[in-house]
Amino acid sequence: MFAQKFEYTAPKTLDEALHLLANGAKPLAGGMSLIPMMKLRLAAPEHLVDLRALKDLNYIREAGGQLHIGATASHYDIESSALLRQKCPLLTETAAAIGDVQVRNLGTIGGSVAHADPAADYPAALQALEAKFVLRSEKSERTLSAADLFVDALTTALQPGEILSEVIVPIDDTRTGTSYLKMAQPASGFAIVGVAARVRQNAGKISFVRIGVTGLSNRAYRATAAEKALEGKTGSAADIQSAAALVARGVDANSDLHASADYRKHLAVVHAARALKTALSRIA
Amino acid sequence: MATTTVKTETFVGKRIRRREDPRLITGTATYVEDIQMPGMHYAMILRSPHAAARIRSINTKPAEAAPGVVCVFTGKDTKGVGVVPCGVAMPDLRVPQHTILATDRVYFVGHPVAVVVARDRYLARDAADLIEVDYEVLPAVADPEKALAKGAPAVHPQWPDNIAFTYHQDGGNIDKAFAEADVVVKQRIVSQRLVPMAMETRGVVAEWRGADRQLNLYTSTQIPHLVRTLVAGMLGLEENRMRVIAPEVGGGFGSKLNVYAEEALMGFVSTRIQKPVKWIESRRENFTCTIHGRGHVDYYEVAAKRDGTILGIKLKLIQDVGAYHQLLTPLIPQLSVLMMPGIYNTQNIRADIVGVFTNCVPTDAYRGAGRPEATHGIERMVDVLAAELKMDPAEIRFKNFVTKDKFPYATATGLMYDSGDYAAPLRKALDLVGYVKLRLEQADLRKQRKYMGIGISTYGEICAIGPSPATPAGGWESATVKIDPTGKVTILTGTCPHGQGEETTFAQIAADELGVGLDDILVIRGDTAVVQYGIGTFGSRATAVGGTAVYYALQDLKAKIKKFGAMLLESDDVTLIGGQVVDNKTGKSTTLQEIARASYRALKLPPNTEPGLIATRFWEPPNFTFPFGAHIVVTDIDGETGQIKIRRYVAVDDCGNILNPLIVDGQVHGGVAQGLGQALWEQAVYDDDGQLTTGELMDYALPRAHLMPWIESHHTCTPSPVNPLGVKGVGEAGTIGCSPAVVNSVVDALAPLGVRHIDMPLTPEKIWKVLAAKH
Ligand SMILES: Cc1cc2nc3c(=O)[nH]c(=O)nc-3n(C[C@H](O)[C@H](O)[C@H](O)COP(=O)(O)OP(=O)(O)OC[C@H]3O[C@@H](n4cnc5c(N)ncnc54)[C@H](O)[C@@H]3O)c2cc1C
Repeated sequence: MFAQKFEYTAPKTLDEALHLLANGAKPLAGGMSLIPMMKLRLAAPEHLVDLRALKDLNYIREAGGQLHIGATASHYDIESSALLRQKCPLLTETAAAIGDVQVRNLGTIGGSVAHADPAADYPAALQALEAKFVLRSEKSERTLSAADLFVDALTTALQPGEILSEVIVPIDDTRTGTSYLKMAQPASGFAIVGVAARVRQNAGKISFVRIGVTGLSNRAYRATAAEKALEGKTGSAADIQSAAALVARGVDANSDLHASADYRKHLAVVHAARALKTALSRIA
Repeated sequence: MATTTVKTETFVGKRIRRREDPRLITGTATYVEDIQMPGMHYAMILRSPHAAARIRSINTKPAEAAPGVVCVFTGKDTKGVGVVPCGVAMPDLRVPQHTILATDRVYFVGHPVAVVVARDRYLARDAADLIEVDYEVLPAVADPEKALAKGAPAVHPQWPDNIAFTYHQDGGNIDKAFAEADVVVKQRIVSQRLVPMAMETRGVVAEWRGADRQLNLYTSTQIPHLVRTLVAGMLGLEENRMRVIAPEVGGGFGSKLNVYAEEALMGFVSTRIQKPVKWIESRRENFTCTIHGRGHVDYYEVAAKRDGTILGIKLKLIQDVGAYHQLLTPLIPQLSVLMMPGIYNTQNIRADIVGVFTNCVPTDAYRGAGRPEATHGIERMVDVLAAELKMDPAEIRFKNFVTKDKFPYATATGLMYDSGDYAAPLRKALDLVGYVKLRLEQADLRKQRKYMGIGISTYGEICAIGPSPATPAGGWESATVKIDPTGKVTILTGTCPHGQGEETTFAQIAADELGVGLDDILVIRGDTAVVQYGIGTFGSRATAVGGTAVYYALQDLKAKIKKFGAMLLESDDVTLIGGQVVDNKTGKSTTLQEIARASYRALKLPPNTEPGLIATRFWEPPNFTFPFGAHIVVTDIDGETGQIKIRRYVAVDDCGNILNPLIVDGQVHGGVAQGLGQALWEQAVYDDDGQLTTGELMDYALPRAHLMPWIESHHTCTPSPVNPLGVKGVGEAGTIGCSPAVVNSVVDALAPLGVRHIDMPLTPEKIWKVLAAKH
């Protein structure tokens, strides 16, 4: 399995990278998705620009009451970040559930988001976190919500020449409980279905709930009907069950060798219920 | 000459670390891919994207003109090369012409169509895209039962029924057995196609030395000598002009117990370009072009008395052959038939095999080769029968075992089981797992609608393959043991270990026989110019047959050592002990080094004795060996998702005497891992168009380390009388014992829902569907 001939540049500055990208080059991050596609000759970029050498894309920091994650932070960086563990444990839990050790060491959050595999793990958490995405090109910078960024299977709102430079997530205080649960496809580790739950309780009532679902359909989404159903409830087993029952409603579910559409929908419901229950139990 | 201090350290039976491992785990071993030669060229093979098509034309011109390309060959160019051999002869066997490159048709996705040779492998790969093949796509059939149906596309137009062979075997009086039965249970059981998936894919370096008329072929194989004989024949080369070297081989599992088109093709290319050429199989090619295993659809019927006594077994076995016969393809299902009765005392069997052509890559030997399929069948059927009779699965097994006083035991299929005590491992496994308590717990859990299962498999198998009359190419094995003038020992084995650890176990045997240290011994294999003719490593035979050849060569050598020792000591009563020959009367001794030096210096020789210390033996085994064991698996099933969790895995294997418990553990663990792979995850799935939809590791679910349960591995020991080492073989036991234990466990868990059988792999979705249907 040999890729077609290509140029390779590892620029020192982001500006240089953006300039090359404006001229038709393609970004390379962890290479975990891109390189296998090149070897199978499903992708044949002529020029790769390696983002990993760029220090100004690899960081995890708190600023302005939010958490900022540079695009080339690896899954391992995120999984092992003390800052995130404390202030956004949903993301560390999700990162730890990705693939295997090698993939986590090399793969990046920016690559995962930009690749937009419908079975990727992060998108469920990023939906539940209502993350914001900073997109940069040589000429512009814009910020999109998860709802706007994820368009379809392997398709995002990223334009040619544009990179994802940063992911912004909120700080979750201890009144918030979160959980990410997936059923892994045994060959790849990707999610057959993955559900991220994020809940807050106030005076015995659920005051806030966000549910992100991945793997079920062509794009990760927020299960808003289920969220609404749970808001204001006590969070009893019955409450959770009836809310979870809504997560897959009306969704055009994927079907493949690893799981039929019906099974995926069923799994989404089961995992939503379990993730919600765990999230509630984690509220301090 | 001194008086003796005898070394007493022995090695056989000890957990000795593998002497081959340092080079393997430090990355310094040499595989085919690591071989570099001046002037090396690289081959890339263009393969069919279609499962069935007529080739209208091939235009190689644009590829030939591409940068770096030296030449392109198609089936037209290789017409003079002999066909890929099928080593099995049987009446009514239909053998399609398996040319090394396609000529007018392609028969499976991955069928080699052309080879591009270039100075660089990237350029070769680019040029392969420039070959224009005009295909007329034809209907394909990928499922053996569909291929047997009327009106199915013919894989080979000359045989419209797609039948590759049939085979019938009767033992005892099956009709009487079924007429007398109180109960007959029937079940269709599938052993799905699997990809053997050696970590190292195949690879070949061919080096034609024109001036010497010598072809050196480096290939990742389990059988270098057989490859030499057969590939030399294909190329029309005298066998003594060919040298085959199996360098480090990174796993085979049967997939390299074969002769492949690419081996002859690279030989052909090298003779044409007069330069060395390298071809390394990609993982994708490994999926689509290296043999697959299993591929059975079995229809079982078991007749029994109400008390559980099994009276007879009928089997209709549909073997998915694929598009061609590879070396042993038609033989594999016959091994299943030989093992049909398992370790149960029934003398009535009837088996009908039909081998079916499909537009898929051929099936052939994969770890267990016919025996896992047979064991899966009989062990499932015993459970189905137990369920029908509402008997405990352990009890029905105890009732039917061939008892320990019956050995040697002649089976209805024509085998002679060498030795056994089948109740012992089951009793031990039941104890270890805490069977009685588990059944109580299960009853409790069932009241709470929770699914916990206990699955038993009591397997037997055929190892030490095998007596020559029972094999296509000779079933003996060879060994040479030589001692250098300085007293160091070299063993040349005709087996070809590639992960099994015989560099260690053979050294242990020799160290104990000669009374020397392990570091005094070197084991060499895998080079036909260095090692006398041999058969190879497969069928759990290397130690039982190859180790025995080593043992006998050592006996010859010891006799000679003693003669020289007696001469040097001027004694007629000596003992070889601790690396010294000792005069039994005076206690004086002489060392192996002194004896070796004297034997080569040859100033004086014992009567009728030649100089030198070397002995070669070709050992023909009088019988197979028959290991056995009991595996018990406890599973918990998630009633909502269908996910299976293995709570306990208890394996009690009896492989006869154990030379190295550490290596036996490794073999059991690896075997069980692959058995779990089949039971839970792996499947080679072809769609209706003959495309392999699980053609990548992202879709084909191999067992992963983090998915493995803790394997509680134990043993009973019933030595084999077939060889002086008392060993039986353990390379395939784990794979053979495992899959029915897992499926029996899951079916047991779901038994309250009326479930009798589920086919592998037991994906959570399958289990969920069963649960959803019954609720
Ligand atoms: C064996 C295996 C198992 C896996 N298992 C899982 C799993 O369980 N869960 C899961 O979620 N994922 C899994 N993955 C995918 C993995 O997480 C990848 O790392 C990820 O999808 C891509 O990230 P990357 O950094 O490797 O990107 P690359 O492969 O380098 O790039 C992917 C794509 O994104 C583009 N790109 C990269 N960075 C940027 C950027 N900053 N801006 C714009 N475009 C960009 C590239 O041009 C390319 O098109 C698995 C991958 C493998 C190989």
